[in-house]
Amino acid sequence: MGRTKTNAIGLERGDYSYNDSTLCPGCGHNSISNQIMAVAFEESLDQHHIIKMSGIGCSSKSPAYFLGRSHAFNSVHGRMPSVTTGAVMANHTLHALAVSGDGDTGNIGFGQFKHLMRRNLPMVYIVENNGVYGLTKGQFSATADKGQKTKYAGHNPFSPIDLCLEALIGGATFIARSFSGDAKQVRTLLKLAMSHRGTALIDIISPCVTFNDRDDSTKSYHWGKTHRDILNEIGFVQTFDEIAVEYDEGEVQPVQMHDGTWITLKKLTADHDPTNKESAFRVLNEAHSTQQIVTGLIYINTDQPTVVDIENMTDEPLVHLPESRLRPSQAMLEDAMSSLFAAN
Amino acid sequence: MTVIDLYRVPANHVHDQGKIINNFSFKIATRNGTGSQTSNNTILRALFRMGIPINGKNLFPSNIYGLPTWYHIRVSKDGYMGHRNESEVVVAYNFDSFAKDVASVPAGGVLIYPMDDPDSNKKKWDVITTSREDIYIYRLPVDQLVGRLDPAPAQAVKEYIANMVYVGAVAYLFNIDMMQIEAALGYHFEGKQKLIDQNYGLVKIAYEWCEQNLEKVDPYMCQAMEHTYGPNAALMDGNAAAALGAVFGGMQFTAWYPITPSSSVAEELQAFSAKYRHTEDGKATYAILQAEDELAAIGMIVGAGWAGARSMTATSGPGISLMAEFAGLAYFAEVPIVVWDIQRMGPSTGLPTRTSQGDVMFAHYLSHGDTRHICLLPANMEECFKFGWQAFDYAEQFQTPVFVLSDLDLGMNLHVTNKFEYPTTHMQRGKVLTAADLEDIKGNWGRFRDVDNDGVAYRTLPGTDHPRAAYFARGTGHNANGKYSEDPVDWEENLQRLHRKMETARQQLPAPIIQQVEGATTAIVTYGSNEYAVFETLDMLAAQGVQADYLRMMALPAHLDVAEFIKSYDHVYVVENNFDGQMANILCMDFPEIAAKIRKVARCNGLPLDAQWISNTILSMEGK
Repeated sequence: MGRTKTNAIGLERGDYSYNDSTLCPGCGHNSISNQIMAVAFEESLDQHHIIKMSGIGCSSKSPAYFLGRSHAFNSVHGRMPSVTTGAVMANHTLHALAVSGDGDTGNIGFGQFKHLMRRNLPMVYIVENNGVYGLTKGQFSATADKGQKTKYAGHNPFSPIDLCLEALIGGATFIARSFSGDAKQVRTLLKLAMSHRGTALIDIISPCVTFNDRDDSTKSYHWGKTHRDILNEIGFVQTFDEIAVEYDEGEVQPVQMHDGTWITLKKLTADHDPTNKESAFRVLNEAHSTQQIVTGLIYINTDQPTVVDIENMTDEPLVHLPESRLRPSQAMLEDAMSSLFAAN
Repeated sequence: MTVIDLYRVPANHVHDQGKIINNFSFKIATRNGTGSQTSNNTILRALFRMGIPINGKNLFPSNIYGLPTWYHIRVSKDGYMGHRNESEVVVAYNFDSFAKDVASVPAGGVLIYPMDDPDSNKKKWDVITTSREDIYIYRLPVDQLVGRLDPAPAQAVKEYIANMVYVGAVAYLFNIDMMQIEAALGYHFEGKQKLIDQNYGLVKIAYEWCEQNLEKVDPYMCQAMEHTYGPNAALMDGNAAAALGAVFGGMQFTAWYPITPSSSVAEELQAFSAKYRHTEDGKATYAILQAEDELAAIGMIVGAGWAGARSMTATSGPGISLMAEFAGLAYFAEVPIVVWDIQRMGPSTGLPTRTSQGDVMFAHYLSHGDTRHICLLPANMEECFKFGWQAFDYAEQFQTPVFVLSDLDLGMNLHVTNKFEYPTTHMQRGKVLTAADLEDIKGNWGRFRDVDNDGVAYRTLPGTDHPRAAYFARGTGHNANGKYSEDPVDWEENLQRLHRKMETARQQLPAPIIQQVEGATTAIVTYGSNEYAVFETLDMLAAQGVQADYLRMMALPAHLDVAEFIKSYDHVYVVENNFDGQMANILCMDFPEIAAKIRKVARCNGLPLDAQWISNTILSMEGK
């Protein structure tokens, strides 16, 4: 037997696993779980400081299938953003990795999704988007195409919501889209999202093999393989020195992440600048009307403060503060009392 | 204009009747949004400084400007601080409610209102009062007196400042100390001399005008009292007390959504925290977020509570309804959170600005399935403060939501209180395993194992540096190790443990307060803000020959002492401010063996309970 490969913190790939998936064989979500484990292993992530957050649904079950050494909170339907907000405010050294679905985010959780973007909470927000409710057997979600037919739910008369467009309008600072069948791109975007300071949304088309995988569905494997526009190719540069980044202007664009690292974005199909909101809007809008799946980094803004920055909390996370720093002194109580209207 | 013009002597001439000193009520009728609360609080504070037992109740509309609003001030030489429905002295400043206000003055009572403009043909106020020859009437030339103010107030504030005219009139007519009026204004305007001078200037103009033009003919008088209050007495409202308590309880995270009557809890939290909870370099040792709705508010505090922070929200009935699902999650995933419910009238939107105790049953059992929550029941300012910090201890000790059931009367009205006692115990952070603890037990733990047989298991916090620290928090079925389980045995064992936890809490939460008298044949059981009225009721009953003992509940699940107490009487009266008698119902369910002894004295009409009604109801049930 050969030696098992270990990463920089001495862990094996298996140390990043958890329970076996109970989703359907072939589900796109399983492949996303695999990429999460792969990235965590490759990047030698410390699982103790990751929290896995989710709502309700097939996608929201998936945190039980990866990173067994991380705390997890499988909360209530559509409300993962609020729970994550509280957890990160309480301890801003935690890295929140959240998994939601199109129903959990686009239907029941749409309000919290929009407000999360507004606050720019530091977290990675993965939507495993398949256009249907799996656990309740195939009803349409808000991202299902107009006119779409499925064996169980019949015909969908309503227009879909584009989560990336909604995030952009909502003030999101990191918007990416991918396809669960493109393992390499999913991994790259995950790594990139993890180094973003702010809410990093990755909308991943992740086919439901049981209820929504007909070839004419925009959430199917076939559609993902045949109607994909890959916007850009992302490279990571291991340097903090801008001058060292080599690129051809017009083709490769450098972007500095919050932690100081540089990435390069190689433009592929469209003339798109992901740091430009109008450009992101145009790309998304065009793709939405032509039912193309644009993938890659759609929008990034590294300047926006997060809610953690805005609240001006102690550098030490709130949960680590001892009683001596949380309970004001007796003199302060007396001061508060002296400000009341007293009898004498 | 002669003095005789300015008041009418009632038919049942009472010049020679004895004075009624410090034992009556004022009602001040104004329009909402006209700044009358400044005037009302000024009168209340001045009376308080004179050492007279007082209470003030603001009966205000759900409106920003224009609708009628009433402020009741009771002066009680006997120290009764409960609400009285009848007011002997009515200041009627609002024409919209004037007919109703005139009709409300009891025979022999006093009516004070603005004088009709002599230059105007519209004599609109006087015509309404013609039928009341049985009351004393004083009329005030309000506009004329405002016009004497020099420098003249800006047009925009004329309506506000006009309310100072009745302050001066009331001070003259009922003998309120002008020095204390000035002190009260000084407090209100935080020492801003220009505002103090302007407002007090008009009070003085009105006072002097009354002195020269009104003959005091009614019997009602205020008189300073000595030694009524201890040296530490002050005025405060319950929402501020709750917020201050939370700040001294080490509140780390608050998320909230505006709703009457709870918003000021969060606003006071913000103000007190800004003052007392910043480090030397200006960093906050807390965070307060205004959420997009109540679902997000409670969701955020569930996340923060799970991560190990002392987390709270404040809301009222409709917010509690929205929080139901998360309350169940917090109960089942065993997350400590604190929810202040400043109760208002329900069902539905109800009356947002009127008080009740209508959420007791809903809050206690909030969420689907077999769910039950700890509820704390503050009755006064000191308890609002104490539960402000203690609620966090209970939440973390029992790893469960704690609801603090205050109400609009406690929360938004000024009450007399003794200054608060600094927390007497250290923060109780509950059963939390650190990385070192996990090392000691070689990582052998399960999130929901009942190691101590008290129903409370050990938890770890996210970020704990140990490979065995993590667990999967969930609202789904789980076994003792926190793993997903659909096994009937796991499910049942978990519910049994949660039941055990609540039974542990039952005896560890504050025990009821009991007061017993010689020869009692019955007892009153009550909770929360009703105590103010019930104390007076006990005296009223005694005067009618009914000696009653008294028990005030402090928490749910009800302490076994409550059942023991009730058991020892033939029957007891459970007094509460809701329609169904919700606490009585809870007691009957928890202690069916004493159910037949419980008689409900329950009412829900938007007003704080008043002693006379409670007393009359009990006397009629006693067959008296």
